[in-house]
Amino acid sequence: MEKPKKKILTGNEAIARGAYEYGIEVAAGYPGTPSSEILENVVLYKDHVYCQWSPNEKVAFETATGAAFSGRRSMVTMKHVGLNVAADPFFTVAYSGIEGAFVIISADDPGMHSSQNEQDNRNYAKFAKIPMLEPSDSQEAKDFMGEAIKISEEFDTPVMLRVTTRTCHSKSIVTLNDTRPENKKEFPPRQSQKYVMIPAHAKKRRLIMKERLEKLSKYSEESKLNVEEINDKEIGIITNGISYQYIKEVFPKASVLKLGMTNPLPMQKIRKFTETVKKCYVVEELDPFMEEQIKSAGIKVIGKEVIPEIGELNPEIIYKSITGKDFGYTNTVAELKLPTRPPALCPGCPHRGVYVVLKKLKARVSGDIGCYTLGVLPPLSSLDWQVCMGAGVSMTLGIEKGWDENVAEKLVGVIGDSTFIHSGITGLIDMVYNKGTSTIIIMDNRITAMTGRQEHPATGKTLMGEETHELNLVELVKAVGIKNVEVVDPLDLPELEKILKTEMARREPSVVITRRKCVLIDKELKRIPLEVDPEKCTGCKLCLAVGCLALSFEDKKTKVDPMLCTGCMVCARQCNFGAFKQNGTYLEFKKQK
Amino acid sequence: MSDTKNVLIVGVGGQGVITASEILSEVAMLEGYDVKKSEIHGMSQRGGSVSSHIRFNKEKVYSPTAPEGTIDFLMSFEKLEGLRWIDHLRQDAVAVINDYRWDPLPVSSGQVEYTPEVEKKIKERRKAIIYKASDVASKLGNIRATNIVLVGTLAKLLPFKKETWIEVIKNRVPPKTIELNIKAFEEGFKQEF
Ligand SMILES: Cc1ncc(C[n+]2csc(CCOP(=O)(O)OP(=O)(O)O)c2C)c(N)n1
Repeated sequence: MEKPKKKILTGNEAIARGAYEYGIEVAAGYPGTPSSEILENVVLYKDHVYCQWSPNEKVAFETATGAAFSGRRSMVTMKHVGLNVAADPFFTVAYSGIEGAFVIISADDPGMHSSQNEQDNRNYAKFAKIPMLEPSDSQEAKDFMGEAIKISEEFDTPVMLRVTTRTCHSKSIVTLNDTRPENKKEFPPRQSQKYVMIPAHAKKRRLIMKERLEKLSKYSEESKLNVEEINDKEIGIITNGISYQYIKEVFPKASVLKLGMTNPLPMQKIRKFTETVKKCYVVEELDPFMEEQIKSAGIKVIGKEVIPEIGELNPEIIYKSITGKDFGYTNTVAELKLPTRPPALCPGCPHRGVYVVLKKLKARVSGDIGCYTLGVLPPLSSLDWQVCMGAGVSMTLGIEKGWDENVAEKLVGVIGDSTFIHSGITGLIDMVYNKGTSTIIIMDNRITAMTGRQEHPATGKTLMGEETHELNLVELVKAVGIKNVEVVDPLDLPELEKILKTEMARREPSVVITRRKCVLIDKELKRIPLEVDPEKCTGCKLCLAVGCLALSFEDKKTKVDPMLCTGCMVCARQCNFGAFKQNGTYLEFKKQK
Repeated sequence: MSDTKNVLIVGVGGQGVITASEILSEVAMLEGYDVKKSEIHGMSQRGGSVSSHIRFNKEKVYSPTAPEGTIDFLMSFEKLEGLRWIDHLRQDAVAVINDYRWDPLPVSSGQVEYTPEVEKKIKERRKAIIYKASDVASKLGNIRATNIVLVGTLAKLLPFKKETWIEVIKNRVPPKTIELNIKAFEEGFKQEF
């Protein structure tokens, strides 16, 4: 027999592999850390699995729903906050159930490594009354895809596979199979009672959901996803997901109840386990999701009394919380107050030009989410407000409506191209409808940069690599009723400044599209680095205020790192002494007053 | 605690930390170890702090991250980052550090100074090999091979066969750069302690 193939995979790669091995046929999603690489790996199996980026999570969710309602095995991927966007279909699909399996992948981000909040999406599974599985490593990530599909079809329900940054991005060894099942289903007949949720139908489904949840509880009690490891009976730990791995690391002798299926909880199994051990802890990241349910069943456990409910857990936090001891780590570096190393806009990033001009114009800026949010950090320090995708546009209108012209004249909304398509367009329609007069800048770098450069409707390419219609942002914006639309190169600072001054002063809504490819995808970019003539540099540091990593300040002079500099000129344009050179030629820019 | 070996690789986004940690975990797997690896990178593509844990053991490895203070080997692509993470090493552990300065944004934008005497501060705390790996790579023809030079030095400290490293590197790097990267690995491997 051939030896089983082993590979070291991230959790995300393993989920994609699971999608292939267990027969997913349609996969949709919208990028978002830590979920983005799932679909990027499903593409590897595009001969078997249709996959797509959708404009946003709600659309992705509904696309996958259509496939599942009509008998195809489907999945949808998103980061935790994406499920807020998709929450509307999410709750009602739970009523309908499915024809083909439907796996909803929610990738949460405890510790907020790259998110605006750390909401615990396990609450969503309970809220919507659907089963939830939580893998703890890559092998399980793959296996649980299979379990999720099985449960979905057996119990006629969508299933949530909840993962976290650590499981998504960690790598561990996975055994691969080549056993993709065939789906022999035919296109189903009409079943309006189940798939058209008018109140009369929904009321009946609600009762069926209740029965379904009871059956799932029984399943959870018996499922091999929930495993008891009885060792030392002095201490017992009930845990889920990645925390299981941490516990095995620091409490190898403890008895553990590892829950892979966390909704509905196997309460009888939990009760029995707590009776077997002397002292029982619940160790779970974020909310006391299991703990509250266990305690309200009248079972005595220790949880958030000692285990933090904020941020990520790790082996040392769990060890310290339970024993009060640590591993002898002492931080002697803290007192040195090292400079931090925050993420920054890349050298040559087109977004930099926009912020340099907005700063000069002393604009108040309603921002949005993307690489361009980095404009909030010093030295650019140019964002006033930001909350979630799309809000950059809609908040602008709210601010304007609450205040007067003096505020409106200084007010700008900024939003990325992918984010504008995701949910900025509705805000813009509102702005026209309700007679706003502010200026919206669409920072169009031709890609979804922040999450790893995914295609979107305005790039003209699909996830599967096909050419497609390229959404024309100018026409789109005009069609919703914006009369003043300008397209400008954000590195042409004088032109950008001129346009922004005019549009901000105009008491009509305007859209300025700052268009230039993200430096990381711009293959035509010539990358001719700049140099600084130390004789001419006075050390005034004006150029440093553009916040570029290619610049440094040594011996009271600016220096350019030729490896990093792309020759974008944003720094050189700040120089009043003509100290910058390119290809040996001095760069003289007319003073921009 | 288990006798899992813990390696921490750190650097700045864009320096090849992830590639280096992929190579190491692949090597460990091929040599028959259980391996886990975990990394956290900043939000943007360039310039943020990047760190990656790699853990291996003949027995099962559980947590993908190593507890603070239990790192056996640290490899840093930038010296300030080396200092930032140095306390995470066991007292008797060794650090391999690139003597290379990359100013973080607060420094390059003139807000604060780069920490003086970084090398000295590292050596006061742990045993460390600090050398100009980027110069070695530049001399070979491409500074981007710096990570492989450092991997070569780390390879000397770890219990894996040299051939396995070379095999994995060959499969990992772009075909056109195989020769350069093998040379880079050999140069790193030659470093004296
Ligand atoms: C609801 C939701 N989905 C996904 C994300 C993850 N996310 C953050 S920014 C972003 C898109 C950024 O693309 P774009 O607007 O084009 O700006 P760029 O990064 O290219 O500058 C995404 C998908 C999120 N924060 N919220």
